[in-house]
Amino acid sequence: MKSITELEELRKKALEKMGVRANTDGYRIVVGMATCGIAAGARPVMNSFMEELQKREIKNASVTMTGCVGVCRLEPIVEVIDPSGNKTTYVKMTSEKAVRIVAEHIVNGRVCLDYTIGYEDKK
Amino acid sequence: MRDISLHLLDIIQNSIAASGTSIAIAITSCLKSQELKISISDNGIGMDEEMLKRVTDPFITTRDTRKVGLGISLFKASAEQSGGYLEISSKKGLGTTLEAVFMIDNIDRPPLGDVADTVASVLVSNETLHLTLVLSHNDEKFVFDTEEVKKMLNGVPINEYEVLNWIKGYINEGINVTFGGVLNEINN
Ligand code: FES
Repeated sequence: MKSITELEELRKKALEKMGVRANTDGYRIVVGMATCGIAAGARPVMNSFMEELQKREIKNASVTMTGCVGVCRLEPIVEVIDPSGNKTTYVKMTSEKAVRIVAEHIVNGRVCLDYTIGYEDKK
Repeated sequence: MRDISLHLLDIIQNSIAASGTSIAIAITSCLKSQELKISISDNGIGMDEEMLKRVTDPFITTRDTRKVGLGISLFKASAEQSGGYLEISSKKGLGTTLEAVFMIDNIDRPPLGDVADTVASVLVSNETLHLTLVLSHNDEKFVFDTEEVKKMLNGVPINEYEVLNWIKGYINEGINVTFGGVLNEINN
C-alpha cells in the first residue's frame, strides 16, 4: 500500500533538485484544455510534454493549461512562448509532435514550422 | 468524450473558470442499484436560477470567448444515454454542485477512464487549488486531499513532476482497492 508518508522522501529529493534549478524565465508551454481540446486529446499531449521535459531534465520550461483557444477544428492546440515572448501556435497536437517540439523548439530554439497554425491554414 | 474522466476534467475546468478554489469530487458505485455516481462541488461564483435553467442547453455559456458551451450538456447527454441523469444545483456566490448518475450495466455507459490522470492534469497548473477526491463502494472508502499532501510537502510545490507521479499512483491504488470487484465492469 502506498502511504502519504512516502512524500517525505519525495520532498527531500525535490528540495535538493530545486537548489540547482535554473532561473524559471524560460519557455512556457500552454495547452488548451477547453471542452473541444479535451475531447480531441489534450490531456495526453500535456502528459507527453511533462514527461519529455522530465526525461531530458529541462529546467527552463513550464507547462500550464488554459481554457478555450478559439479554433476548435484545430484542437488540441499548444502555444509555446519563448523567453523573449514570441508565441508559436501548434495545432492538431499529438504526443509524437510534443516530443519533437521539445527536442527542436525548446532545446534548440527551432520552431517546428510544419506543425504551426500558419502552415496548417495554407494546406 | 471517450470516457467519464475526460468529462470530469472538463467540468473541473468550468469550476476553475468560475473562480472555484475548492473542488470536491466524489465517485460512488453501488452494485445493488447498479449506479455509478459522480459528483463535483465547487465554491465558485455559482449561477442564478435563470442561468441554471439554461446551463444544460448547448448554446449557452457564461464565457464569451466561445459561443457554445458544451461541457455540461455533453456530460448530461452521456449520463442519460446510459439510463442515468444529471442534476445541478447552484447558488450565486456560493458555488455549484453537479451530480451525474450512470447505470453500470448499461452498454452505452462510457468507461470510467483515467481519473488519476485527470486529477494530476488539473494540479499541473492549479497548485493552489484545494481538491478532494472521495471514492466509495460498499464499505470501502478512499480519500485523497491536496491539503494533506501539501502539509507533507511543506513548501515543495504539489506540481513537481515526481509529486504528480506519486499522486497518480496513489489515486490509482485507491481506485483498485475501492472498486476492486467492479473495476473491470466500470472501466469497460
Ligand atoms: S471551445 Fe473549442 S477552441 Fe474554444
